[in-house]
Amino acid sequence: MTITELQQLLDAELLTGGDTNTRILSACGSDMMSDVLAYVKNRAVLLTGLVNPQVIRTAHMMDMVAIVFVRNKKPTADMIALAEQSNMIILSTPKRMYEACGVLYVNGLKGDGELNA
Amino acid sequence: MPEQLQFHYDVDGGNFTSAGQASVQVKNNLSQLGLDPAVIRRVSIAMYEGEINMVIHADGGSADILVEDGCITIILADKGPGIADVEQAMQDGFSTAPDNIRSLGFGAGMGLPNMKRYTDYMKIDSVVGEGTTITMKVNF
Ligand SMILES: Nc1ncnc2c1ncn2[C@@H]1O[C@H](COP(=O)(O)OP(=O)(O)O)[C@@H](O)[C@H]1O
Ligand SMILES: [Mg+2]
Repeated sequence: MTITELQQLLDAELLTGGDTNTRILSACGSDMMSDVLAYVKNRAVLLTGLVNPQVIRTAHMMDMVAIVFVRNKKPTADMIALAEQSNMIILSTPKRMYEACGVLYVNGLKGDGELNA
Repeated sequence: MPEQLQFHYDVDGGNFTSAGQASVQVKNNLSQLGLDPAVIRRVSIAMYEGEINMVIHADGGSADILVEDGCITIILADKGPGIADVEQAMQDGFSTAPDNIRSLGFGAGMGLPNMKRYTDYMKIDSVVGEGTTITMKVNF
């Protein structure tokens, strides 16, 4: 799935630059950053309702491709700057976590693609 | 790559907003050296969990990273409260973090176990009332 496809499926707003043809192969939905840090996934998108700079840094540490903030949450300008420094694509969707994950899942984005550390 | 490279960072304890900055810089430095991305990821994740721990549990500390041929060593040292029972702290889900830390996305008690899983070697030296030093190694 590309960022453009994800954006359409989630009615999401794109908040950074970046290549929207970038492909995503897996996904992770969580508000607990240590859960996110526990399993490395390949070319993953992070869906979260948590808004702070650690979300951006966590996704960066994990080599994730994009972050989607659910329930219309918007990162601060500082967070967007931080994301752009690490080429992270940020989106915001009005959907809630459960629905956002479900929509992506039924459209072919599975949670797996896990790598060994 | 030069024979040996060292990075040193002071980790500010009073500021959660900046927590993780040192790990981001280490990740960027290691990427410039052209190391295997999977190795860099293991080092960055382990250091990041440890850096966050120093901020939330120990009021900050220092991070030293040594890059040698075949091995990266991460040393995180703080003068915080220390860990009374290291074996208990290493258990999945054990946490003394207050609720406000959980609302920031940490405090699930997964940090130390994650650090152990992502590294090839991890040693915790801790004295209650004096501080904690965690040494981790990732081989490549
Ligand atoms: N640097 C440290 N100084 C003092 N205590 C620590 C330190 N790092 C970890 N701990 C203790 O070990 C526990 C478990 O750590 P961790 O697995 O990272 O979980 P969490 O940080 O989510 O609480 C912490 O709750 C804390 O009691
Ligand atoms: Mg922790």
